[in-house]
Amino acid sequence: MNAPLLQIDDLRVSVAGTAVLHGVSLTVRAGEVHAIMGPNGSGKSTLAHVLAGRPGYTITGGAVRFDGTDLLAMAPEERARAGLFLGFQYPVEIAGVNNAYLLKAALNARRRQRGEAEIDAFDFLNMVRAKMRVMQIDEALLTRGVNEGFSGGEKKRNEILQMLVLEPRLAVLDETDSGLDIDALKVVGRGINTLRSPDRAVALVTHYQRLLDHVVPDQVHVLARGRIVRSGDRELALELERRGYDWLLEAAAAVA
Amino acid sequence: MSGNTELSALFDRGYEHGFVTDIESDTIAAGLDESVVRLISARKREPKFLLDWRLRAFAHWRQMREPHWAHLHYPPIDYQAISYFSAPKPRGDAPKSLADVDPKLLETYAKLGVPLHERARLAGVAVDAVFDSVSVATTFKSRLAEAGVVFCPFSEAVHSHPELLEQYLGSVVPYTDNFYATLNCAVFSDGSFVYVPPGVRCPMELSTYFRINAANTGQFERTLIIADAGSHVSYLEGCTAPMRDENQLHAAVVELVALDDAQIKYSTVQNWYPGDAEGRGGIFNFVTKRGECRGRNSRISWTQVETGSAITWKYPGCVLRGENSVGEFYSVATANNHQQADTGTKMIHIGANSRSTIVSKGISAGHGQNTYRGLVKIMPSAHGARNFTRCDSLLLGSQCGAHTFPYLESRNALATVEHEASTSRISEDQLFYCQQRGLGPEDAVNMIVSGFCREVFKELPMEFAVEAQNLLAVTLEGAVG
Repeated sequence: MNAPLLQIDDLRVSVAGTAVLHGVSLTVRAGEVHAIMGPNGSGKSTLAHVLAGRPGYTITGGAVRFDGTDLLAMAPEERARAGLFLGFQYPVEIAGVNNAYLLKAALNARRRQRGEAEIDAFDFLNMVRAKMRVMQIDEALLTRGVNEGFSGGEKKRNEILQMLVLEPRLAVLDETDSGLDIDALKVVGRGINTLRSPDRAVALVTHYQRLLDHVVPDQVHVLARGRIVRSGDRELALELERRGYDWLLEAAAAVA
Repeated sequence: MSGNTELSALFDRGYEHGFVTDIESDTIAAGLDESVVRLISARKREPKFLLDWRLRAFAHWRQMREPHWAHLHYPPIDYQAISYFSAPKPRGDAPKSLADVDPKLLETYAKLGVPLHERARLAGVAVDAVFDSVSVATTFKSRLAEAGVVFCPFSEAVHSHPELLEQYLGSVVPYTDNFYATLNCAVFSDGSFVYVPPGVRCPMELSTYFRINAANTGQFERTLIIADAGSHVSYLEGCTAPMRDENQLHAAVVELVALDDAQIKYSTVQNWYPGDAEGRGGIFNFVTKRGECRGRNSRISWTQVETGSAITWKYPGCVLRGENSVGEFYSVATANNHQQADTGTKMIHIGANSRSTIVSKGISAGHGQNTYRGLVKIMPSAHGARNFTRCDSLLLGSQCGAHTFPYLESRNALATVEHEASTSRISEDQLFYCQQRGLGPEDAVNMIVSGFCREVFKELPMEFAVEAQNLLAVTLEGAVG
């Protein structure tokens, strides 16, 4: 078995004085795909944001190690350069900043971290174009402002494109499937599968199991009221699809 | 946001051009009366018409009061405490070539990155460098002369082209125009003069670097650019001043005249010393810039990047007299720390089918106060005139301010005027998004601000667009909170 790529131990987080995560523990190894599911307000997005280092959250306990180092001590950009990628649920628009420019700056930040030279502009363009074809993204979006005037589906596909270009060690995808139609879901699923490899891992944060038809997870966890209340394999996701979350919430409440 | 303290700590690389060049200056004692005006004129051996004009301006100025309608706050200026003339002392005679120029002066220009010598040729830039009040080095005059373009210090044009001066000087900004412009008319020391003959496309970008060096010296330069019928010229001015605790006054006048089918593109990168983080020192920049599209189908385009000065008061405008004439104003103005900027434009539509475009991008940070003030005036004769205005403000931090005062006077029912405005902040979401993609907070801010300014930067000549972007990055370094 591979060494853990991400190890979360009893992570406790509060937002503006209110506890949101009450001791989450999770181990993700290279090569694995984990699905983190749960009802609205369960703390899924909080977990994703805390891993990426978004400001506004207070860590009240626990530890997170990424590839053996203390993740919580790192600045957001250091985490990114070390190979942690967050696919945003609501990708933000940045007017006037060329999409390709941000992508190239991001890639070069990652390359510098690895001691590599900046990528040649020509090579960059060829590489990005190839990946745009995988994601079925119109080339014109490259020269548009970042997410500026993109449709909901274009924004999500653009997130996955960025992931494919940056080739992170761990991709945390926060509800990337929300708001996608069936065809777009297939494209996004294909993009994620492209990244799968023995030395990378993916954590899919999702509300529904439909993305898991395209990206088959190794493990499924249910996060409810700030705790992981159940872990299992693909079958668990299918059971949730049939039964909803209530039976798990009741069970969790009984334990608490 | 927890990153704030770190961001603040990154703040302030400081003003990179704050060095003082130690050369002997030939300075008139502080104070202003008619004898000073006569002395300046005599030093420059000016013809009588010019002295008379200065004296009329001075007499008029004495009747005027300093204006206080702008959204600016500053201590009273003592006009008697300023020296109105300062020239680097020539070693022996006036410099005949670069070899004759004080090496320290050349060093100063090197620090500023002014391209003299071969660098200038490579960059395709001709530089008329104004050091305090006297032009000390003019390059590429001969290549321009081949094309028939006159590009020389103002004081030289007084002798070489007096007939053009007499015809055009004060024809766009009359000596009665406003307090600061009138003062300039009386005491202006030097500046640049450009004449582009009919049908000539100026073979290179023209550029002047202004720099205030001597302490307590007001700088009152004057620029006059005449584009004759069917000609075309692009001009860039860059400004820097050394760091001093006291405030210094800068009151320049720029006049542009475009005749039939002529085009003038005037770009400014203004980086005067803005004062320190507590608001001590810095340049008071009260400038009058106006162009007149005198001929049919003429076009004048102002592009400005204003990052410096403690106080900025300037409204580069266009008088659109010619039929089908076009006026444009593209501006990026920043106010960081305690800087105050009150800037915008005036578009006066007189000719039929005249068109104007105004794009203003204001960035406020620290305690900075940034005001857009613009006038669009459509005269009864301007049938079919069109104006489009867009003012966007970007706030970095919670203690700065952005203000917009658009004035519109339309006296022609057939004119079309559009105005759009927005105010926004760099959101934490944008910042975090960029950081999550591996960019440091500073790079992220720079990238977002550059994106905000992109429409204006793309109007700058290529080689200066990069400089403007770098300058903005230095000015706003870490200014997020």
